[in-house]
Amino acid sequence: MSSFMTKTLKLMAGLAVVFTLANSVHAVASEGFKEPEDHHFTFEGPFGSFDQAQLQRGYKVYREVCAACHGMHLMSFRNLGQKGGPFYDPKYKNPNENPIVKQIASEYDIAEIDPDTGDEITRKGTTSDRFPSPFKNDEAAKASNSGAIPPDLSVITKAREGGANYVASMLAGFQPAPEGLTVADTQHYNPYVHGALATSWKGDPHKVPLGGVLAMPPPLAADKVTYDDGTKATVKQEAQDVAAFLEWAGDPHATERKQMGVSVILFLLLMAGITYGAYRQVWRGKH
Amino acid sequence: MSDHSSTYEPKTGIEKWLDARLPIVRLAHDSFVDYPTPKNLNYWWTFGGILSLCLGVQILTGVILAMHYTANADLAFDSVERIMRDVNYGWLMRYVHANGASMFFFAVYIHMFRGLYYGSYKAPREVLWLLGCIIYFLMIATAFMGYVLPWGQMSYYGAVVITNLIGAIPVVGPSILTWLQGGFAVDNPTLNRFFSLHYLLPFVIAGVVILHIWALHVVGQNNPTGVEIKSKEDTLPFTPYATVKDGLAMIFFLIVFAAFVFFAPDAMGHADNYIKANPLQTPAHIVPEWYMLPFYAILRAWTFDLGPIPAKLIGVILMFGAIALIFALPWLDTSKVKSMRYRPVMRWFFVLFVITCLGLGWCGGQLPTQMVFSIGEDSHGNPIGLSVAILSLMMTAYYFAFFLLIMPWVGLKEDPLPVPASISEAVLAEHNKKKG
Repeated sequence: MSSFMTKTLKLMAGLAVVFTLANSVHAVASEGFKEPEDHHFTFEGPFGSFDQAQLQRGYKVYREVCAACHGMHLMSFRNLGQKGGPFYDPKYKNPNENPIVKQIASEYDIAEIDPDTGDEITRKGTTSDRFPSPFKNDEAAKASNSGAIPPDLSVITKAREGGANYVASMLAGFQPAPEGLTVADTQHYNPYVHGALATSWKGDPHKVPLGGVLAMPPPLAADKVTYDDGTKATVKQEAQDVAAFLEWAGDPHATERKQMGVSVILFLLLMAGITYGAYRQVWRGKH
Repeated sequence: MSDHSSTYEPKTGIEKWLDARLPIVRLAHDSFVDYPTPKNLNYWWTFGGILSLCLGVQILTGVILAMHYTANADLAFDSVERIMRDVNYGWLMRYVHANGASMFFFAVYIHMFRGLYYGSYKAPREVLWLLGCIIYFLMIATAFMGYVLPWGQMSYYGAVVITNLIGAIPVVGPSILTWLQGGFAVDNPTLNRFFSLHYLLPFVIAGVVILHIWALHVVGQNNPTGVEIKSKEDTLPFTPYATVKDGLAMIFFLIVFAAFVFFAPDAMGHADNYIKANPLQTPAHIVPEWYMLPFYAILRAWTFDLGPIPAKLIGVILMFGAIALIFALPWLDTSKVKSMRYRPVMRWFFVLFVITCLGLGWCGGQLPTQMVFSIGEDSHGNPIGLSVAILSLMMTAYYFAFFLLIMPWVGLKEDPLPVPASISEAVLAEHNKKKG
């Protein structure tokens, strides 16, 4: 009779596959955005890890391009030098002693209250300071960005479906709006963005263009940054590098997590083997 | 079982001393060492132990997370991220806790479907089943409130949607809603009370689990044949037989659990919950966690008003009714045979019921207006075919029919297969079949 349960399970598994397939086909047809490209990042998969040179390049893109409008309020300068970070150096286990990190922090002016007078002052940044925000408050952010608040980028790859692949595809994917699509002057068309364009589309209602609009103008251009390691700064390269940096920033313990996972699973498999042996021994002749 | 006399013999002086004052070692010995279990239990029976493990893991990681979490609408989101970044192994605690909730529900659903298939709710196990239903209901409440705590977009809008269900109750609904939310909208007071209750309820669950296990040990375990234990031949002592089998199943369960925690920790979550809650910006698509999706589909299945009764109220009644029916199950099933192994008709309805529950789960994750498939278009260019809303309604109808019509009716009409005289006879027959 147990074969009945087995058959049933197989049947249900089959149905689940059909459902999933039907669903995925459907998602492409109705959600109306271009699926992100696969950028084959080094950190993908259970054994993947971050490419430190790429993280350094990505930080440079963030600092010189994105940081003009986007904060990363969960990040401190010390994070840049922690294990797995862009400027980690095994010589400086304590990231607060890392000279590159100290140098970066000191290049920023940090707002503070003078403890003696109560006046608003600025001082040189230290490794324990957070990345300063580009705007004083949300109102100032809106005023400078035609009413939109540039989102904080601390966990942006986790906060977008498609993760780093989406971020890289979107950053490199700006296109002129298709003929027949009304786009306001302050908006910019991008096929990877999740949006509904049916109401601003004048053409065939069956051929509404994929994608949506953003208040952000195309931020990247070839040679917008000069990489210290001599890598050619194409738009795609910059987009991938900054997406990798943002992925690391959103999940700084990812590499440690995966390494621990391998050990944990190997341990559990070993335990399973031993327990299975014990099980056979105990149940011998009982069933 | 309760008529099973204790075989515990205190050997050392301290054991004798304690046994005369508080026989707690005797209780443990009788419950987890010498307790007789049916010898034919299959792996579907290991999920009870797995569920105890899940509860333990959730309480342990939860207590640690609460040491670092800040229950304040302005600070909660960042405090969770601080746990992920700066607390030693905080990422591990949080990912275990978040994925642990999913694993807990995965296990409880298997446990419930097992009970349903093998008739574990039938006399004399009605109270055991009811206690299990109470645990499940408390789990839903706890998981829902826990999901609100990170104060992301889905947390916030999930809380808005679910608390607003109460507002659908006529006359008193709006007042109760304000009382529940602690104001006129989901805000800081809501978060604070959810945190308080989220910390309290797991201990209530633990208490009901003790009652559940007590009730189990009074009536004894059911088994795949559904035939009660008749003699000592039918049983094996809990230790080592059940312990080693449960242990093996737990390890395999932990492997799946670990695969999620370490390699796909956000696979069961939603990207929008990494965006801090913003009351002014509703997400395009509000969905609960996967384990609530079938009930969410039932809630949205009814789309039109019925005379003076608004559609929303009907949805709420249907959703709570769907849960209430699980409680009523022992009195809806009229069959004299427990196990569906010997119920050739009913088991096909059972299979369809499982598929319906999975299908409702799928529908719960889709927009109701989406099409499952379309066969053409009407003159306005709208697709004609099966929409998610209609499919949800059909499957909701089957869900209710399964409990209210099929259970009572098939039980009376069905010709069950011959049931073995005893568990050991069934085991022997199985053994001979394998050999020959």
